[in-house]
Amino acid sequence: MQSGSNVFLEGLRQFAPEAVPGWALMLTAAGIGVAIVMGLVSVNAIFSVWLERKVSGHIQCRYGPMYVGWHGWLQSIADGVKLLLKEDMIPAGADRAMFMLAPALVLASILGAMAAFPLMPDVFFADLDLGLFAILAFSSLTTIGVVMAGWASNSKWTIFGAMREAAQVVAYEIPLGVALLVPVMVAGTFNLREASALQSGMWGMDWFVMPWNNPFVLPAAVLFLVAALAETKRAPFDLPEAESELVAGFMTEYSGIRWSFFFMEEYAAMFLMSAVGAVFFFGGFESPLTALAARLVEDPRLIVPAAEGGMRLNLGSLPYQLAAGTTLLLKTFAGIFLMMWLRWTLPRIRIDQVMTMGYKYLTPLALLCVLGAGIWEAIRHSWLR
Amino acid sequence: MLIQYLPIFVLALVVVGFALSNLVLSDVLGKKRRSIGKADVYESGMDPVGGARLRQSIHYYLVAVLFILFDVESIFLIPWAAAGKQLAAMGLGDLVFYQVLIFVGTLGLGLAYVWRKGGLEWDR
Repeated sequence: MQSGSNVFLEGLRQFAPEAVPGWALMLTAAGIGVAIVMGLVSVNAIFSVWLERKVSGHIQCRYGPMYVGWHGWLQSIADGVKLLLKEDMIPAGADRAMFMLAPALVLASILGAMAAFPLMPDVFFADLDLGLFAILAFSSLTTIGVVMAGWASNSKWTIFGAMREAAQVVAYEIPLGVALLVPVMVAGTFNLREASALQSGMWGMDWFVMPWNNPFVLPAAVLFLVAALAETKRAPFDLPEAESELVAGFMTEYSGIRWSFFFMEEYAAMFLMSAVGAVFFFGGFESPLTALAARLVEDPRLIVPAAEGGMRLNLGSLPYQLAAGTTLLLKTFAGIFLMMWLRWTLPRIRIDQVMTMGYKYLTPLALLCVLGAGIWEAIRHSWLR
Repeated sequence: MLIQYLPIFVLALVVVGFALSNLVLSDVLGKKRRSIGKADVYESGMDPVGGARLRQSIHYYLVAVLFILFDVESIFLIPWAAAGKQLAAMGLGDLVFYQVLIFVGTLGLGLAYVWRKGGLEWDR
């Protein structure tokens, strides 16, 4: 697993004619990766909206969508077509430029964050050494878009939503980032693939969250879950939207396709937070299934050095790669399901409770976790040597 | 390596294209029937009175200022968390750990001060 070797690029190098210049290959490889990331975000939004409606339906003892396709699985696609055909309204008093820019900014920043997410151990779009950092940086840009949307609409509901979003997301970014530093400390890297590979021991069960690695990771995982709910504006922290008190919060004035951009962002953010949690706390690609697949294939690497120099694709490793990718997707959707379950179980909390929780409990606890984890790691690596 | 970030620039271009093409498509396909009532902001069926850019509670400002304090703190913790193992291997683990302890302790004192002064109380 060497950094920077991209499977799309190596595949193209192997099959493209000699005359094609290197930069064209790189651009094409990036283009394939972009298509996959965009497809992932779109399919995730379509699937998660359907899943949310089914989950909420069954929690409330009803069925949810049932008419469009088997158990309503085509409902989100039908809704997407409807949204595309809707009239795109801009209120008379709105700041037109900002109003039009805000949803695009929100979508672009979350898509930028998706870029650092690896699909399989050797199939990834951008292998960043600062992967986690890039994800956090990109996803906090969405706040600016949301505040822009609320301000530009020039409606009282949207302004309240935007102010709440600013205060809440800003307050919870600290415990989120600091809680994530605990597993980073155990891993010693921000790279998602490297962090996942470090957890492959004990038949893929040597996860960072397991207490024998570092007992401070488990409390950090709980803090991360709470902060991630607040960051993604999910209930019980859905104050910026708060459909029963603020109509739709910051997106009250949005309609049609612009509104659907906010929706895609929400589900992409849920996916990202679950994936980050899965990679840095719950083993990432590693599970007994992955470990079994790794023992069955000859060489788990998808790109291997060729005998005649250079690299070649090793398609024999596909069972392992697919098992690992499936494991991570299952873990991610388990996280998304947990977030949906919490949404339909817990009531919304008030803004003063949100702030108390963020600053008085989560921030000091997260700092204590980091210090404790630091002491533990120091004892393990320095004093006991 | 800066080349790691090339795909992200390609992604940025494609995302802008995706957003624009969706908006244009919606503009072409969607109906347009404008009216004065429809262009009004939604205020639960009432005519809106005055603009929406009202004064907001000072607490939001306070939260933003506190955020800057703690965000800078977490930025300084990040290199320590990532490099902790290597520093320990180099024999610098203890020294850096005490520095971090002093740093976090100072900020903890700051948090305690804000807490005592009532800066964290929302309903005052």
